[in-house]
Amino acid sequence: MNASSAVAAIVLAVAVAGSGLTWAQSPAAISKRYAEAAQRASASFAGFSAQRGEELFQASHGGQWSCSSCHTRNPTAVGKHAKTGKPIAPLAPAANAERFTSIATADKWFKRNCNDVIGRKCTAQEKGDVLSYLMQFKP
Amino acid sequence: MSPKHRRWTLDATVWIAGFAMAALLVTEAVATDRRASSATNPTWQSECGSCHVAYPPHLLSAQAWRSILQRLDRHFGVDASVDEATASTIGAFLEANAGRAAQGRVEPSTIRITQTRWFRHEHAEVAPSTWNRSAVGSAANCGACHRNAASGDFSERLVRMPN
Repeated sequence: MNASSAVAAIVLAVAVAGSGLTWAQSPAAISKRYAEAAQRASASFAGFSAQRGEELFQASHGGQWSCSSCHTRNPTAVGKHAKTGKPIAPLAPAANAERFTSIATADKWFKRNCNDVIGRKCTAQEKGDVLSYLMQFKP
Repeated sequence: MSPKHRRWTLDATVWIAGFAMAALLVTEAVATDRRASSATNPTWQSECGSCHVAYPPHLLSAQAWRSILQRLDRHFGVDASVDEATASTIGAFLEANAGRAAQGRVEPSTIRITQTRWFRHEHAEVAPSTWNRSAVGSAANCGACHRNAASGDFSERLVRMPN
């Protein structure tokens, strides 16, 4: 193998490895990752439920806010931040192509917002359930 | 040149010079205002502009910004936490562009922009009830009246009060 094909091989390897780290770039791919995490967390994992996701999304969990306080009861609608009034683009992927295209971004917001709404981190089961609920909306 | 003509030329020169200086000072002041608001960073804009307008760094002291970044999980009542690398990037940007207490612009320890002397002075003419209009919500919602706030432009001529 000469130098230039060695370099090409390294670049290809890095590209493949790098893409492997970020391949969860669609709602379906992210859902799959959540399923894998939920399976690791509990052997009795039996898939996601949009119904459970909807209940989690709409409930206030004993606190001041629910997810719908900012995202509205209709995830295809434009929301509004409950404190600042800033408009929030729709959450359902069918209404907003940017949603759930990065698992890092999705997890960042789940971490913050579950803490605010529920007072703790959401489990992979819960995140998957919510995503299932959001994915069921059609354009 | 006759004495009268000379006098007229002198007067005209003084007037023109005076207007030119005034114009220069005004544009310099306006330009300074724009320069101060023009500091920007993509990470800061993305993270700090996701729930509210990304408040220009010169509105608070470096000390205040450090204090805010240290407790992002309890950020004025909400969790706004970011990972360490992001916090580091944003922190460096904010401190580099923070308001200088030495210039009398900011109180070192005030962390709530709407409580700074500067803010209260600038908005003294706004009736308290205005902040409660449903289209505004609170004084933190700059964009309700400063229609170009998202681009860092808070100039008074662009203010449009909602009903």
